[in-house]
Amino acid sequence: MTEQQVFEKVVSIIKPFAKAPEVLASAQMETSILKDLKVNSARLVDVVLEIEDAFEIEVKDEDADKVKTIGDAVKLILAAKA
Amino acid sequence: MVVTGLGVLSPNGHGLEAFERALRRGESGIRHVPELAELKFGCQVGGIPQGVDQIQGRYLSDEELFAMNPNMVYAAIAAIDAWTDAGLSRIAPDAEPDWNTGAVLGTGIGGIDTIAEKLAPKTDAGKVARLGSTMVEQIMSSGSSARVAGLLGLGNQVTTNSSACNTGTEAVVDAFLRIREGRAERMLAGGSEGHSKYIWAGFDAMKVLNRTKNDAPAEASRPLSASAAGFIPGSGAGVLMLESLDSARARGARIWAEVLGGHVNCGGHRQGGSMTAPNPTSVQRCIRGAVAMAGISASAIDLINGHLTATFADPHEVENWRAALEVSPEKLPLIQSTKSLIGHALGAAGGIECVASVLQLGRGFAHGSLNCEDLHPDLGRFAERVLHQTRDLPELRVVAKASFGFGDVNGCVIFQKYSE
Repeated sequence: MTEQQVFEKVVSIIKPFAKAPEVLASAQMETSILKDLKVNSARLVDVVLEIEDAFEIEVKDEDADKVKTIGDAVKLILAAKA
Repeated sequence: MVVTGLGVLSPNGHGLEAFERALRRGESGIRHVPELAELKFGCQVGGIPQGVDQIQGRYLSDEELFAMNPNMVYAAIAAIDAWTDAGLSRIAPDAEPDWNTGAVLGTGIGGIDTIAEKLAPKTDAGKVARLGSTMVEQIMSSGSSARVAGLLGLGNQVTTNSSACNTGTEAVVDAFLRIREGRAERMLAGGSEGHSKYIWAGFDAMKVLNRTKNDAPAEASRPLSASAAGFIPGSGAGVLMLESLDSARARGARIWAEVLGGHVNCGGHRQGGSMTAPNPTSVQRCIRGAVAMAGISASAIDLINGHLTATFADPHEVENWRAALEVSPEKLPLIQSTKSLIGHALGAAGGIECVASVLQLGRGFAHGSLNCEDLHPDLGRFAERVLHQTRDLPELRVVAKASFGFGDVNGCVIFQKYSE
């Protein structure tokens, strides 16, 4: 998958949890999942689980803790798939 | 104390117009449930609100629905409807909560379906990390009221009570007392219950569900009848907005009815009471307590909305009403069973039936009870007091509603038509 494809998939995974859909519509790699998209911090667990399922990867807790932006998630996925 | 808002999600109708129509026409909400047949339940019919998948998106976001089981969804829909019916506008997510409004929204069984379908299998399989973030909020007893608090921005007491089949009525009494104490201006009150094989299985195993009418669902819920053979499980939610009269007047709210009084107690599993059977003395004390607080005479009661589930206890309940009100059988107020139409919605029953009681007061009618043409022989003395057909009763002024639950617990509330 290309970076753009991964980015789009991550955005679609985050979509049900985002309370700022207008920000999501113009999301960038540096868009913050919590601050900009206003995702409830508790739901990051669910976002990571869905990423694991969608990309067939396993995300370690310490790596998941580092994900702050959409770009962080995309890079994590690409690294795991490499 | 008055009622300024009603919300109902019932097996025979969602919303006040549909619910009133179903009550007036005697429309049963009991349907065949194929899953129960496949699983060899004795009782294979039940009461489940219809069309919720189609409407829930109008009430709840994807993110909210992601973390909600049917019990929570039902509570939320009925609570939002009651809020809207009360003429209140939604509080913006970034605004201060409404410190003067709270909620007592009960449930009998709660999120056991979530436990059985998700929590237990994944935990036992060593997949705790795969449970996600929503387990606690779905299985905690207060999950339904907590969700409603967030949806509506409630800032007063928010809690979930639980007293089995008395839950919804107890919630109304508890909310009533809180406002009466001056600790809140408005309280949402009622109950909710999901539908699930896991919620209903224990009752089926006890053989307290009717297994004789699987081929005729509308005839399955038979309170007061000679052929009553157990209750029919139901689900849904009923929520009332209780409000101090001062608050209601100050904002020019439409008033459905007055709450005159209420009482809850327990029989202590003594004097014939047990975990599953009511102590008749405590039932009578409960009814008398509510009537005394209401400050009315027994003769002022026009209509009883009974607990009346279709177990062996129905004739005893009617006799307890008679004894508590100290009247002869022919002077008993008219009596009806809403469960004949919707089954026994467990923790939601009291809420839905309190909504039915207030709706009948407000709209001037009393609904008939289905499936008791063959009145129980012990009720012959009360034959003229049992409502079989719906009546227009514009003069209806006082309704007494009671619920009785496992644990030997009782609740009774008295509603009166409001007049300036």
